Amino acid sequence: MDFAPIFIFIAAAAATVFAALLVNRLIAPHKPDPIKLTTYECGEEPVGSPWIRFNTRFYVIALIFLIFDVEVLFLFPWAVNLKSLGLFAWIDMAIFITILGVGLAYVWAKKDLEWIKPSMGDIETIQRLEEQNNA
Amino acid sequence: MILHFLTQAVFWFLVILTVGSAIVVVFNKRILHSAFALLFTLCGVAGLYVFLSADFLAASQMLVYVGGILTLIIFGVFLTARMYNMSIPEQTHQRFLALLPVLGLGGIIFYVLNSAEWHLITPMVAPTTENLGKMLLTTYLVPFEVASMLLLAALIGAIRLARPRKEDHDD
Repeated sequence: MDFAPIFIFIAAAAATVFAALLVNRLIAPHKPDPIKLTTYECGEEPVGSPWIRFNTRFYVIALIFLIFDVEVLFLFPWAVNLKSLGLFAWIDMAIFITILGVGLAYVWAKKDLEWIKPSMGDIETIQRLEEQNNA
Repeated sequence: MILHFLTQAVFWFLVILTVGSAIVVVFNKRILHSAFALLFTLCGVAGLYVFLSADFLAASQMLVYVGGILTLIIFGVFLTARMYNMSIPEQTHQRFLALLPVLGLGGIIFYVLNSAEWHLITPMVAPTTENLGKMLLTTYLVPFEVASMLLLAALIGAIRLARPRKEDHDD
């Protein structure tokens, strides 16, 4: 197995990015002023630090993702052999996925996949603001 | 000859990438920058696996460590309070006591490196994924299915521990 083409591809991709940034740095005019240096956020003035704490739910979702990431990893050697081993391999993987399906059912039933929904008060506020904008 | 030179160049690039970014992980003051530097360390290790003809291991390194565990670490960092200017202790205490395990571990590693027989495999061996899959689905079928039980247990256990506190009452 020759990995040379893959390495050449990766090297070419990295070189392209660096070359683009370098050319940009070399030929772009450099005249900063206070307005240009502000953080552009859809015309809004950014308030506070962007380094805020994330919701714990991101971590829980990432944990669930990690388990099913490992499941996907097992699909690769299975998929390569699917044609030669036929129905046998198919049943093997069906059992494997069913067992992990129990885990998915568990996190689903325990509402770990549910995101925080805006409360009724939030929705009313948004609706009122939209009406004000339209008026 | 040119291919040999290129291979050597890529190998040394990967070595420098791995070790260099690992040093950044350890010595950087900002915990988020350390987490991002870990990305390059893990990618470098994946590249070194390719050099060892372990192509499936390299793919799993990219998929699980770079795609999964690093994401988890970065979310973990995002969850820490004051993550941007967190004070990491800079002083080293008890230098002489620390020297003992360092020398001990270094000695063991040096001994293993010296006593191991190193074989040079010049032609890259065949891709491993197909044989691995064949063995997993026939000879090692039971461990393969047990692995899914292990993953299930890990999922339920990890979620149980990581779940936000206020929802603990409902079970």
